[in-house]
Amino acid sequence: MLEIRNLHATVEGKEILRGLDLTINKGEVHAIMGPNGSGKSTLAKVLAGHPAYVVTAGEVLYEGKNLLELEPDERARAGIFLAFQYPVEVPGVSNAQFLRLAYNEQRKYRGEEELDPLEFKDLLAERAKIVEMDAGLMSRSVNEGFSGGEKKRNEILQMAVLEPKLAVLDETDSGLDIDALRIVADGVNHLRTPENAIILVTHYQRLLNYIVPDFVHVLWRGRIVRSGGKELALELEAKGYDWLKEQGAEASESAVTVSAK
Amino acid sequence: MTQAIKEENEYAAAFRALQETAERVAPAWVARLREQALARFEQVGFPTTSEEDWKYTNVAPIARASFAPTFDKTSDDLTPDALAAYTYAEAAQSRLVFVNGSYRAELSDLRELPAGAVIRNLADALTSEHEAILRAYLARAASIDESTDGFTALNTAFINDGAFVYLPKGAQLSAPLHLLFLANETNEQTAIFPRVLIVAESESAATIIESYEATDESVYFTNAVVEVFVGANARVTHYKVQRESDAAFHIATTQVELERDAHYDLTTITLGARLSRHGIHVKMAHAGASCAVDGLYLVGTGQHADTHSLIDHIAPHCTSRQLYKGILDGKSRAVFNGKVFVRRDAQQTDAQQTNKNLLLSTDARVDTKPQLEIFADDVKCAHGATVGQLEEEELFYLLSRGLHTELARNLLTYGFAEELVEKLKIESIKAQLDEAILNRLHARLEV
Ligand SMILES: Nc1ncnc2c1ncn2[C@@H]1O[C@H](COP(=O)(O)OP(=O)(O)O)[C@@H](O)[C@H]1O
Ligand SMILES: [Mg+2]
Repeated sequence: MLEIRNLHATVEGKEILRGLDLTINKGEVHAIMGPNGSGKSTLAKVLAGHPAYVVTAGEVLYEGKNLLELEPDERARAGIFLAFQYPVEVPGVSNAQFLRLAYNEQRKYRGEEELDPLEFKDLLAERAKIVEMDAGLMSRSVNEGFSGGEKKRNEILQMAVLEPKLAVLDETDSGLDIDALRIVADGVNHLRTPENAIILVTHYQRLLNYIVPDFVHVLWRGRIVRSGGKELALELEAKGYDWLKEQGAEASESAVTVSAK
Repeated sequence: MTQAIKEENEYAAAFRALQETAERVAPAWVARLREQALARFEQVGFPTTSEEDWKYTNVAPIARASFAPTFDKTSDDLTPDALAAYTYAEAAQSRLVFVNGSYRAELSDLRELPAGAVIRNLADALTSEHEAILRAYLARAASIDESTDGFTALNTAFINDGAFVYLPKGAQLSAPLHLLFLANETNEQTAIFPRVLIVAESESAATIIESYEATDESVYFTNAVVEVFVGANARVTHYKVQRESDAAFHIATTQVELERDAHYDLTTITLGARLSRHGIHVKMAHAGASCAVDGLYLVGTGQHADTHSLIDHIAPHCTSRQLYKGILDGKSRAVFNGKVFVRRDAQQTDAQQTNKNLLLSTDARVDTKPQLEIFADDVKCAHGATVGQLEEEELFYLLSRGLHTELARNLLTYGFAEELVEKLKIESIKAQLDEAILNRLHARLEV
């Protein structure tokens, strides 16, 4: 589904991703862990097509096609979804209206009939249950005045409505209390199918107790320095990142990177 | 200069015609007021850009043109049904209609009128039992003196038809009152002088919609003066909807005086006219008064919209809120000049003023100047202005959910206006504005 090869990306002229490789097949859940500033959000933004993040080398194939030449909205309609680490507030645009427009854009793209506001309301009510989202938040402006947890839940609600093929969840767990975490995790598990794939960016092992990944990767200084199964997360929790940093340094010296099988 | 003099002479000729041939002989004080006003106009003429207050708004095209008022009442065959596009369901039975400035009784409807309230043509009221009220209030807030500008003077020189709204103590209008000023079959000579006088005595309450509409896109000149008196504990909610022809000139002034604990709420919606200027002056000379003065201007290529407001805190314990938002597209221009005066005795003033502008094109330009002048020491005041483009992060967020660029931009633009739209309490004005915004955005899509 997704193949990233030797990806280099800069932001404001600074190289953040420095030769990243990653392969993801449908039905898989990949966790990406790594210390602050290692480039996790940068990877997420690059995949979503944020204009501030410039790809300087490497390639990204999505369903066999060059993802990098698609505009952000084309990527979204093609099934890529980014749950933002810091969801943006959009004053004056109602959450329900926004969700309906986004949903209908996808329907149009697939050649399906658009839903009118009433039909959409039913669909929205059903999807809102997945994340136990309060109906009152639907008529409010997108994310405006939402608590941190409500914003994160709203991201997962959008995911539930749009049903992406590849979802990138950027620290959706941070700032959530244990109940909210369980709700969000249940939501994500509910949306996990053999046909789609999920990239979970997190730096807590905690989330991975609820959403069990098929692979865990460690991102350090813009590369994946180690990949493994779910046990890797536990190992990281026990040992921290320092032992990997040494390996990462070796890896960069010998220009070898480890990628998922 | 010779142009301006010629023009003044044309107005003078029309003026003689009015003074001599008006259907009813106006009381002597009205004739005198008109004379004084004409003299003032002839003295000052139209303002020029060398005056600080008119620096950004050049009215030379008005001075150069050959405008003159018409007092011709029935040159068209308009019917009430033909007005559907310009009326509001909420005010179906409380409406005064003026076509090219002349009152049209057969198009008006005043079935929904509470006992005691007087709503009628100003020209008729001048020769009625209400003359004394008119004499006390007409040209009081918009007075003729050495500070009157040429536009107010000219309007006053032509005082004749107009709206007179009088709410005696405690009267409450059950439905909004709509004052419709319609331009119909106008031409390059048509000058229209709408005049409105609203006197709301103590404890009364009313919602008034003042709207300017046109049946076609021709050139004409509207020069309106509106005076509002809000008595003690009375409440007036006022909407001004300006949807003139895109070729028209619209110059208007709203002069307001508030009594003790009076509340005045003005919302202006500026969509039409090639050149528009709205002057607002709210005088709070009695304690406990409050006002909210909000507005939205939405202009595109070829349009220039100017708002000049003065909120004058004279007495203590008064509150004012002002939120003006502008959306500028294409090659358009807007001016916002908002003064808030807090005079020495106006302790415990609570004043807030905000002007926010969204530029959708690099050819659009806005000059904004919020000014706060405080001479009292125990006050709570804040003001600010912003001019900007759509937020890139907001745009990316919408794009990342699959919205096409145009749709995303439109949605954000709509969202920018929404802060004001959602404050509107009259559903049909809301719907009308929504449509205007969407039309404007759609027009943009075609570019
Ligand atoms: N928009 C940006 N402007 C400038 N620097 C940025 C921007 N986004 C990320 N960076 C920098 O890139 C590096 C990686 O950041 P990020 O990808 O957010 O890391 P992570 O998500 O792993 O914590 C950091 O040094 C950060 O300061
Ligand atoms: Mg991050």
